Amino acid sequence: MIKMYDVWKRYPNGVIALNGFNVNINRGDFVYLVGPSGAGKSTFIKLIYREERPSKGQIFVDGMNLDRIKSKRVAQLRRNIGIVFQDYRLLPTLTVSENIAFAMEVLEKTSEEIKREVPDVLDMVGLRGKENSFPNQLSGGEQQRVAIARALINRPAVLIADEPTGNLDPLNAWEIMNVLERINLNGTTIVMATHNKEIVNRMKKRVIEIDRGQVVRDEVKGGYDNA
Amino acid sequence: MRSITLKRHFRDGIRNMARNGSMTFSAISAVTVTLLILGVVLTLAMNINHLVNEIEEQVEIIVELADDIDDERLADIGLLLNSFTGVEGITFVSKEEGLEQLKERMGDQSYLLEGLEQENPLYNMYIVNVINPQDVQVIAEKIKGVGDVIDVDYGEGYVEKLFAITTWIRNIGIVFIIGLAFTAMYLISNTIKLTITTRSKEIELQKLVGATNGYIRWPFFIEGLLLGVLGAIIPIILVLVGYFFLLQKVSGDLSLAFLNLLPFYPISLQVGLILLGIGAFIGMWGSLISVHRFLKI
Repeated sequence: MIKMYDVWKRYPNGVIALNGFNVNINRGDFVYLVGPSGAGKSTFIKLIYREERPSKGQIFVDGMNLDRIKSKRVAQLRRNIGIVFQDYRLLPTLTVSENIAFAMEVLEKTSEEIKREVPDVLDMVGLRGKENSFPNQLSGGEQQRVAIARALINRPAVLIADEPTGNLDPLNAWEIMNVLERINLNGTTIVMATHNKEIVNRMKKRVIEIDRGQVVRDEVKGGYDNA
Repeated sequence: MRSITLKRHFRDGIRNMARNGSMTFSAISAVTVTLLILGVVLTLAMNINHLVNEIEEQVEIIVELADDIDDERLADIGLLLNSFTGVEGITFVSKEEGLEQLKERMGDQSYLLEGLEQENPLYNMYIVNVINPQDVQVIAEKIKGVGDVIDVDYGEGYVEKLFAITTWIRNIGIVFIIGLAFTAMYLISNTIKLTITTRSKEIELQKLVGATNGYIRWPFFIEGLLLGVLGAIIPIILVLVGYFFLLQKVSGDLSLAFLNLLPFYPISLQVGLILLGIGAFIGMWGSLISVHRFLKI
């Protein structure tokens, strides 16, 4: 699903975020990205949805060679990737439904499709009944679930989450993890960067540890720290 | 693009304007103020140009002819003068008519001219009107070379000064209007840029969920167009209503009768369309330029 071969990323200010990065994430995987701040996790994520381009090396996402695609195909690529951030990034002027429909409208879906699918995805993240609330009327956990619903609405093959529980209390964090696990069971590949030790240790998923721009550990059922 | 998408772009453009009320207000105000100034200056400049044209139109060439030529030669000279490039038309004034006109002009003192009918000191003449008053000097020079022409008078010295002044007035008008138009563009596009900068997050999100650049531009394009058009409406109304009352005032006041202003139509239509066009153009252009900066994500 996601393959990187000898990927280097050097930013214009001289910082080298990744040096000789190799990874292979399969379809249906649930992967935790762990490692200290500044290790290169966010750069890795940005390379997947091509917000950044590598200085060297090759990246494939769902069979697409990201080095070769034109900027028009970048939109296509992103329609196949759902992205969730620590700070939710909802549009404050839109309701819950509108925030989710927003992603469907970009794909020129009909109003009927939107009316049919938005309630389904709200069910999936447990937000039925909050359709007409605005983001500032929701708790952090609820806002993050809206963000997940928006990321899922177009049925992407991969869901990328950059510290999705970073701003949440433990209870809300676990709710988010339950949602993500359900999504993963439906076949969506999940890549989640996190600093949450407890979650990683309890969930027993594949763990990729990044340090100083390289993969230093890749365990199938790993824990947060080196066992 | 699907029609539902176009409909959504309109909905988004209008919704964005409504939900960013204060920004929308300041953008429309910027358009209104600058277009109002531009509209007033434009109307003034068009009228000044009109007045200057009228003054220039009064320039004509008087061609005095020798006394001893027959009618055939007279007609030949007429044809020749008419054939010069830049000549609009000629009028023949016989020495008798010339004397009559002179008497009329002298009014009460015309008795001084009595008795001159027998020994008319005037010449038969052609009055030559030219298409472009600025060419008068060149054409006059040519006419001087025609046989049986005794004298050519077009107000030499005076005409050159007049044209120097009118050219100067026109140039000032043009510089002023161009300067103002650019100021308007700069001001308006800057304000629109500001309204869009506050929405960079939204653009970023659209890109993240896979919107193409074209898709993202549309609502902004529509919004810019609406901002420009809405901002143009008030200046158009004010300028036209103001001009209408100015015309009434001028036509009702005998001391201002020399001010021959342009009639309400077509100047009202011209100024209205120009302001609307500039508003719409600047609105769209300003927002497209500004969106462009955010599309590189």
